[in-house]
Amino acid sequence: MFEDLSTRLELAFRSVTGQARLSDVNVAETVREIRRALLDADVNYEVARSITAAVKEKALGQGVLATVTPGQQFTKIVYDELIRVLGEQKEDITFSQVPPTVILIAGLQGSGKTTFSAKLAKMLRDQGKSPMLAAADVYRPAAVDQLRTLAGQIDVPVYSIEEKDALRVAKEALTEAKKNARDVLIIDTAGRMHVDSDMMDEVARIREAVNPSEVLFVVDSMTGQDAVNTAREFNQQINFDGVVLTKLDGDTRGGAAISIRTVVDKPIKFMSTGEGMESISPFYPDRMAQRILGMGDVVSLVEKAQEQYDEVQARKLQSKISSNTFNLEDFYGQLQQIKKMGSMRELVGMIPGMSKQLGDAEIDDDAMKPVESIINSMTIEERRKPDLINGSRRKRIANGSGTTVREVNDLLKQFTQMKKMMKTMTKMNRMGRAMEGLKNLTGQRKLH
Amino acid sequence: MGIFDKLGFGKKEEKLQEGLEKTRAGFLDKIGKALVGKDRVDDDVLDDLEEILITSDVGVKTTLEVIRRIEERVARDKFVSSSELQQILKEEITGLLKDNEADRPAEFDADLRHKPHVIMVVGVNGVGKTTTIGKLAHMYKTAGKNVMLGAGDTFRAGAVEQLRIWGERAGVTLIQQGQGADPAAVAYDTVASGKSRDADVVLVDTAGRLHNRRALMDELGKIKRVMGKVVDGAPHEVLLVLDASTGQNALQQARAFSEVVDVTGLALTKLDGTAKGGIVIGISHEMSVPVKYIGVGEKIEDLQVFERARFVSALFERTMPSA
Repeated sequence: MFEDLSTRLELAFRSVTGQARLSDVNVAETVREIRRALLDADVNYEVARSITAAVKEKALGQGVLATVTPGQQFTKIVYDELIRVLGEQKEDITFSQVPPTVILIAGLQGSGKTTFSAKLAKMLRDQGKSPMLAAADVYRPAAVDQLRTLAGQIDVPVYSIEEKDALRVAKEALTEAKKNARDVLIIDTAGRMHVDSDMMDEVARIREAVNPSEVLFVVDSMTGQDAVNTAREFNQQINFDGVVLTKLDGDTRGGAAISIRTVVDKPIKFMSTGEGMESISPFYPDRMAQRILGMGDVVSLVEKAQEQYDEVQARKLQSKISSNTFNLEDFYGQLQQIKKMGSMRELVGMIPGMSKQLGDAEIDDDAMKPVESIINSMTIEERRKPDLINGSRRKRIANGSGTTVREVNDLLKQFTQMKKMMKTMTKMNRMGRAMEGLKNLTGQRKLH
Repeated sequence: MGIFDKLGFGKKEEKLQEGLEKTRAGFLDKIGKALVGKDRVDDDVLDDLEEILITSDVGVKTTLEVIRRIEERVARDKFVSSSELQQILKEEITGLLKDNEADRPAEFDADLRHKPHVIMVVGVNGVGKTTTIGKLAHMYKTAGKNVMLGAGDTFRAGAVEQLRIWGERAGVTLIQQGQGADPAAVAYDTVASGKSRDADVVLVDTAGRLHNRRALMDELGKIKRVMGKVVDGAPHEVLLVLDASTGQNALQQARAFSEVVDVTGLALTKLDGTAKGGIVIGISHEMSVPVKYIGVGEKIEDLQVFERARFVSALFERTMPSA
């Protein structure tokens, strides 16, 4: 995600690279490019203007550092400004002192509220909570069915009623949650237009009735200039506590995040990156800014991996990958953990530049299922040196594992792709560390 | 950099944020006054025009194109009156929007060349595909056409049920194989049923998919191909549904969907909010695809045939929510 914006900024920085100092002239040109890049990335017109104004002011006020290029220095200025706009640190959900903690989900039609509600329930359940869902979208045909189906997949109870009365659903669900000692109640509401006063009144009344400790506003990350209008109106009506950005697995540049953060000054708390129930993560402003600047979201990838791997395993794997001796045996051993981390597609998408390449290297999670039996049918030598596996060996392996030669071919192909990916990952890790170095370096001076 | 100077880039950098609810009312008056008796357009006016277009999601590239065209016209025609200038502005923007093709009429009561006339509906998640199909079914039915629906979104939980309810409201037949079924099989089945049961219009739903998901996009190509095996040339229309609140990413969507299923028409949904949907101007121009329908609400009759002039006028109307 965000590749387009980062490409634009790289181009913009090109005009300051190689210059001795940040002068009026080269800063102005670069700033113009950044402004256009921000607009192309759907950052609101006025917000883009205020960001470039701030960047320009800071850039002009700075002396040139001897140790970094003007381009790097500019990167740092824009990076800092984006972090400042996106919020300095990550913010969590507020849990109520007295359970249940009520979380109200609201937003426009099609923003992804129902899917997000289910993902959030699963995430909280995995953290040891006992969530319950309330189906308060009583208008969209089959919305209750949708929530019920998703809830069934993640094994979380849903409260719903036959009557089309959202307020009653919310109130009764709260009573039900208390009665059954559920410690979190997530209320999924109908999508509504911010200009529809009846519907806005309804959600405001629900808010009043259930007194939620957390109200989340769900926004499609592909939203354009109108993001400021909807965010502002929802904020006025329901005074939400946080924002959820959805569909970030697309290739949108996601400028809406910056716009919303600026006009309503509420933190972005979660991002949602796919249709799978595990495709949810907290929002880290610093990582998002890194992502916008094309440095890749290496930190969250590593962290996600660490949730699943223990450290020793991870270190072993790491050294295998960097020494390029990662083989099918390791692959087999890690497969279960990798599967637990979520979809490969999603994981790979966090690696800078990889989402684009994915077009050619499609990762199909289902294709991993017969892998176990195929690897089992290989000799130890074959597992260690997959290059040995020629046509006749493939036939033998296919026969032994009850699969086809094609499936064996697919596995070997997939393994090669994965190995390539992992190499990229380690490279990017190094880049991430380099960026840390830059941060420390420039951090020694007070820049503004 | 000259073109950026015209766009006001860098020039208003120091200007403080004036608040985002700047009124659009009066812009057309202003452009008129500013232009009378001159052979070039004031920078002030161009700045305002830029802001109106950018905040309508028209995008930087198309905005520059519009400004270039207007400057050219004014330089050529010279000394135009204020009403002429308003006209020029509207004409130039309207001109970017592709005109509808005669063999794929958008009007519901028009005669259709093929029987059944098969329409495949595609788009990313949450843009309103199923709702649009429900409305289209109602409109065609009301116009006296025999309509059949295919529940091709077999992926999203509740999608089949959602379309079943829409079908019931519209009073049309639904072909479905439940959630998890092969969408290509559903599409095949629907078109075959439509053919054998003498349907005039067959509408096939598909699951929402992000356009950068290669495997899912390939699947869409397959769904399209199987329909052609039942009825020659089917689907006769591939309708890409776009959400009016989507920004520049809509262009990426249009390109990616066109590549796999050759989009023939656009439906712009959720125009009942404050979003202007300006991105369709650039899309329609670049891809040479007409906008056919607009969605303006959640009710079954909240679908209209797209009118270029009205859409362009609306860009200059103030529709901010009352604060």
